Amino acid sequence: MDSLLNRYRNITLLLLVIFAQLILLAYQVKSNQDVRLIRVWAVTGVTPLAWLIESLRSGAARLLEDYVLLHDSVQENRRLRAELGRIKMENQQLKSELETTDRVKALSLFQARTPSRTIAARIIGTGTGANSRVVFVDRGSPSGVIRGMAVVTPDGIVGKVIAAYPITSQVLLVTDPTFAAGVISQKHRVHGVLKGQGHSTCLVDYVQNEEPVDPGEWFYTSGDDGVFPKGLPAGTVTVSRPGNPLKQIYLLPAGLQRGLEEVLIILEGVHQPIPEPQLAGSEVQLLPPPPTDQPQAAGAGAPAEPASPGTEADRLRERYKQIGEAQNHKFGEGLPGSKPPDFNLTPGQPPAAQPPASQPRPPASGGPPKPAAPPTNP
Amino acid sequence: MTEWSDRVLLGSARETRVTRYRRWALIVIPLAAILFQVYVPLFFQFLSYLELPLLVTVYFALLRRSPVGGMLVGAAIGLVQDSLSHQPIGMFGIVKTLVGYFAASIGMRFDVDHFVIRFLLGLFFFLFHQFLYWALARALLGQQVGIDVRQTFFMGLLNAAVAVSLFHILDKLKERA
Repeated sequence: MDSLLNRYRNITLLLLVIFAQLILLAYQVKSNQDVRLIRVWAVTGVTPLAWLIESLRSGAARLLEDYVLLHDSVQENRRLRAELGRIKMENQQLKSELETTDRVKALSLFQARTPSRTIAARIIGTGTGANSRVVFVDRGSPSGVIRGMAVVTPDGIVGKVIAAYPITSQVLLVTDPTFAAGVISQKHRVHGVLKGQGHSTCLVDYVQNEEPVDPGEWFYTSGDDGVFPKGLPAGTVTVSRPGNPLKQIYLLPAGLQRGLEEVLIILEGVHQPIPEPQLAGSEVQLLPPPPTDQPQAAGAGAPAEPASPGTEADRLRERYKQIGEAQNHKFGEGLPGSKPPDFNLTPGQPPAAQPPASQPRPPASGGPPKPAAPPTNP
Repeated sequence: MTEWSDRVLLGSARETRVTRYRRWALIVIPLAAILFQVYVPLFFQFLSYLELPLLVTVYFALLRRSPVGGMLVGAAIGLVQDSLSHQPIGMFGIVKTLVGYFAASIGMRFDVDHFVIRFLLGLFFFLFHQFLYWALARALLGQQVGIDVRQTFFMGLLNAAVAVSLFHILDKLKERA
């Protein structure tokens, strides 16, 4: 028996090791749970080294860049001093500084503008495996990052967090074959599912052949997946053709087109509307807004009525009120049949002189009564 | 036996001696290979196709000439690689365990110092690794992943070419028992 075991020792050990790993794999697949302890150990052991290397690299690159810039600026200063003087030199330096900080500014501007609560992170490594599209970022669970959070740049979506560790987090990129997100087209509002393919383009799946999708059209996140808030740019259509049984739509992911160095992790997402498409060549002339209405009918001598933001009825009511006040008439207090105020008078004009009570009435059988004296403006 | 077979096959005790490595190298070299795969493709995307952990596994297994040793080295490197991927732990572990075992078995029979053998072994084990991983992903995880045979073959050639150079560099670090 012992000799048999010794003879097949190697193959027995191999089967044992394979079997143990199969059990581990089956447990994860069956329970849909990760063996977190092993991952945490490995990630905590490896990613700090990647972070250290990245810090050293970026530091050295910055130092070298600073040296080159300084060297250039000295030469430039001499040239410009001869040509244009010190002021132009300062202007040039400012422009160059603006250019170097452009990307960071875009990120911070987007962060300030978006209604979602975000946190900035830096890419420090990629996942293992030749076909893997996974990166590590330098923000972990202490920063509030949890699994399932969306990762974006000002240009568009980048991926989603699939694991958060004490120091770092793992982000599945949109180009990974296992990635999926709900998207909607900007122009025709066609719904689909964005899927990675393992290379630079993505596929928009589950779109019927009858649905209109044009090349160059933008797709935005639809918010259906519960990961990405609605209204984030996903990418532009490069190819759209009929397929069997569904339409074949290929998308260039917008978030990955300018390289990946800094990203934003959405801690609390807020849905936004899909922006309306800008139609090419449809410039429309718009007139400036009309001037505000000024009371002109009262004439130059009439007192200007106070500007009222209300309707025509409001303005009429205000006019009657002024007429009533000018003639000492209180609306709603007179008995039925009592004399109403003279609405023909302009507000501010004194009422016509009333005939004195002692004045004898004209004879009833006499000629027509004399007309009242015409009102005069004060 | 022909001259070619004399060169390739191991025939004497001198040739079958076990190559030993400094202890730090056994830790640092696989770690460096994994770090390379984690960090360098950030700047050079095409280098993500370079399977340095696999090449290191093959190298250690070939030189140790012990199937159990090669298997354990492969399992350890594979599990660390699994931990840094988004797949369930065990996929790379199983594949590299088998690679380590078979590489060590081959190392017992062939003169693995020959660069042609190294090239062919690098190509063979890369293709074996990719195919086995693809098969496991479909069979065990139910993933509908595709495999581009031509691209995989070219990647295998690239990895084999790198394997020859890498093995030559790693030879400098070994110490004879």
